[in-house]
Amino acid sequence: MELTREEESALKGEQGETMQMAYRILVATGEATDAEKLIPIEWAHLSGVNYNTIGDAGEELLSTVSKDARVTVKTTLNPMGFDIDNVSNYKLDENFISKQLSIKNSYETMGVIPSFSCIPYEIFDIPKNGTQVAFAESNAAIHANSYDNLKTNKESAFSALASAIVGKSPYSSLRKEDTPNITIRMKVKNPNELTYGMLGFYAGKLGDTSVNISGLDEMDQRQSKAMCGGMGTSGTCAKFIFGDGDSDTEKIDFDEKEMQNVHDELNTAEKGDLITLGSPQLGLDEISDLTAKLKGRSFQKRCMVFLPRTVKEQAQKIGYITELERAGCEILADCCTCLTPLISKDDVDAVTTNSIKGAFYLKNSNGVDVNLKSLTQIVEDETR
Amino acid sequence: MNKILVSGKVEGIVLKSNDPINFLGTVDKKTGIISDKKHPLFEKAIKDTILVFPSGVGSSVGAYTIYSIKSNNVAPLAMICKKADLTVATGCALANIPLITISDEEFLSIKNGIKISLDTDSATLSVHQ
Repeated sequence: MELTREEESALKGEQGETMQMAYRILVATGEATDAEKLIPIEWAHLSGVNYNTIGDAGEELLSTVSKDARVTVKTTLNPMGFDIDNVSNYKLDENFISKQLSIKNSYETMGVIPSFSCIPYEIFDIPKNGTQVAFAESNAAIHANSYDNLKTNKESAFSALASAIVGKSPYSSLRKEDTPNITIRMKVKNPNELTYGMLGFYAGKLGDTSVNISGLDEMDQRQSKAMCGGMGTSGTCAKFIFGDGDSDTEKIDFDEKEMQNVHDELNTAEKGDLITLGSPQLGLDEISDLTAKLKGRSFQKRCMVFLPRTVKEQAQKIGYITELERAGCEILADCCTCLTPLISKDDVDAVTTNSIKGAFYLKNSNGVDVNLKSLTQIVEDETR
Repeated sequence: MNKILVSGKVEGIVLKSNDPINFLGTVDKKTGIISDKKHPLFEKAIKDTILVFPSGVGSSVGAYTIYSIKSNNVAPLAMICKKADLTVATGCALANIPLITISDEEFLSIKNGIKISLDTDSATLSVHQ
């Protein structure tokens, strides 16, 4: 990768240790992604926030880095482990809470907007077409590239942080015009969000950095998010291109049989002890729709609803939150189903969810079984 | 040598795995010992070795694991892979652990337990007889 004289000087340590570390990360990322130079970015979105995932080393690193590092572009943040407003209702120890608050404090010191959300594309204004950004959260990177006309790598936690500090990112193939060599043809009729999540999961396993998808109908926000979440979970792929692609691309059908295979891999229980909604977190449209679906009905078991704090505040004003709580929902801001410390296999055998991403991490990280159902089915089966 | 991802100059004994390594969940952060029973390097210490493996796999949070083993002074002297993934690349970059990629032929020629020197400035990787 070619560096300017100023970039070389930062890499040598002439602009301090933090800049040197950040440049070392960007150079390694650039070499790994065959980039020839660094280019400016306008927005970074960071992962590596939940103490459950980054642990003591992460907490200590961020505490050290935040002593002198400051972000130089708009920088937003992934969910953390809990909602401070109701954390006492859950069995989390003091150590977890204090370490999580230290992580929160470090990011705030660096100048990061404490959004604690995995759906930055839904709660912030989208910059103009073609804007270069650096998103570490996988569903957000895929959404940005595929739906929002933005350009990003599927960043690692460290490459996004380095980009936030330096304001630049390697000019990798994903930032240029990308031509996938695989086309997935959607063949499943009457898809719901679960189907789209499984399609994304399937496509993510096959694609390298991007895939073509054909045969899609108009999709709502819930379905698009499910597809991005599914894809981000299964592989390294970071972009959907809608259409058939060139005639020489390999064509692969996603049919009932392939869907059943994904379903069998992730669905391990007939029913759940509790329900989770939100992975990715729910936006205002989904909260509005959920409120309408639950009118006059109540959950017969626990239902955890994960959403960004800004969405919670908007929903509160409109009256949705009161209505959801009446229906038995536990409302959790700032955190998410994915890698939550609030669900333990000591208390829970199986969880019902409509999220493919949530299912994968509940199974592999929390170690609980998963029962997959669409939202419509969940409301029909689990409420009265 | 194909690519230099993190530069440096070291000399040490090779610890080689033909299987990829998922740093999150496979490597003990405090001891630097491979804790996954299914991994061919199970119970081996990676501390002060030149760790040779095809590539990293799995969660991007594995980059934090690489940083942890360095902080705990149980990290390898350098890592050598066939394919550079962002988790290992950024983890090594942050921890300042030299990292290069090599060709399939070079990978085959490096045997477990041999002593090698790596110098990225002169782009040399040499085997001591």
